[in-house]
Amino acid sequence: MTATSTPGERARALYAVLKNKDLIPEGYIEQLTQLMEHGWSPDNGARIVAKAWVDPAFRELLLKDGTAACAQFGFTGPQGEYIVALEDTPQLKNVIVCSLCSCTNWPVLGLPPEWYKGFEFRARLVREGRTVLRELGTELAEDVLIKVWDTSAESRYLVLPQRPAGSEHMSEEQLRQLVTKDVLIGVALPRVG
Amino acid sequence: MDGFHDLGGFQGFGKVPHRINSLSYKQVFKQDWEHLAYSLMFIGADHMGKFSVDEIRHAVERIDVRQHVGTEYYERYVIATATLLVETGVITQAELDEALGSHFKLANPAHAQGREAITGRPPFEVGDRVIVRDEYVVGHVRMPAYVRGKQGVVLHRTTAQWPFPDAIGHGDRSAAHQPTYHVEFRVKDLWGDAADDGLVVVDLFESYLDKVDSPRAVHA
Repeated sequence: MTATSTPGERARALYAVLKNKDLIPEGYIEQLTQLMEHGWSPDNGARIVAKAWVDPAFRELLLKDGTAACAQFGFTGPQGEYIVALEDTPQLKNVIVCSLCSCTNWPVLGLPPEWYKGFEFRARLVREGRTVLRELGTELAEDVLIKVWDTSAESRYLVLPQRPAGSEHMSEEQLRQLVTKDVLIGVALPRVG
Repeated sequence: MDGFHDLGGFQGFGKVPHRINSLSYKQVFKQDWEHLAYSLMFIGADHMGKFSVDEIRHAVERIDVRQHVGTEYYERYVIATATLLVETGVITQAELDEALGSHFKLANPAHAQGREAITGRPPFEVGDRVIVRDEYVVGHVRMPAYVRGKQGVVLHRTTAQWPFPDAIGHGDRSAAHQPTYHVEFRVKDLWGDAADDGLVVVDLFESYLDKVDSPRAVHA
């Protein structure tokens, strides 16, 4: 018996115990993994934001009932049951965190990245929002208020940023390319060029 | 419970290991076992219906602090899932130990049975000033400690309702369903000058709140 084990060995041990009891449904893990790796993606959120930038009626729906707006694109499912879009303004920057664990809007943003689930971001963002954004590479003007949303219950957020200057002539498809995972979390601003 | 998981405002950490718009997220699972964490968790919670997501969260919170600090993210969900599968009698500690070839350390036992929601009160309205009840909870709770006893303003009441985490997090499937409230706090009201200026909005179950101008808040 070895004294210590790795996280991977423990994961595989749990898998083996369940497999031996025939408790793992055929194809379950493969199907879920496919969804986690490819189905849930920030490209989905980018489609939502770009649509909201070009379609005032959709924007209105998104801000009023984010769940219904995202459902129009089929972006529903676990961790996407009650979606709230957070509207940035020239004076307000919204940012998302989950200080207690890792809650994120999976269908729209994709699974959260490592740094988002890390102790540093979870501990510091609520208390040192401006400092953390600066360290990450986003310097905001002093007159911009930072509003951090702690995902502490079942609401699942996405940030609706301002459409950036210089994007006036871009197509919806081109606009999508400006909306990254970090833009949807709110730690980055969309930029042209 | 006031545990290590409740990190909001915790000091002593260094920089967030990230630069904006790096594509590090593009490989969703970095190690070949990581996809098993959520997969096995969903098999236990969703497919087998043995436990709720709230119980998963509580099991993560119950991981011994000395171990928790050194864990990787997905490792915690493997430990939590294994713990709940043992506690619900689906598998045994001995089976895990045998499969691993060494002791499989599970989370610590729960130290509480959970508690019921407060029901029968009128809901809060947008614009209401509320105070987070000054309560210390042994079991699972979804109120970050940094807002305990603090006052904020209601921005939104959810149109959906969910089972009260403090009850369902301990397996009580009869838990009352409640809306949550997006409550806005000033960062300076939470940490004074030892913080950046700004606002924090916390999503709080109705039972965590009292209305400030109501008599019951005085003795909350």
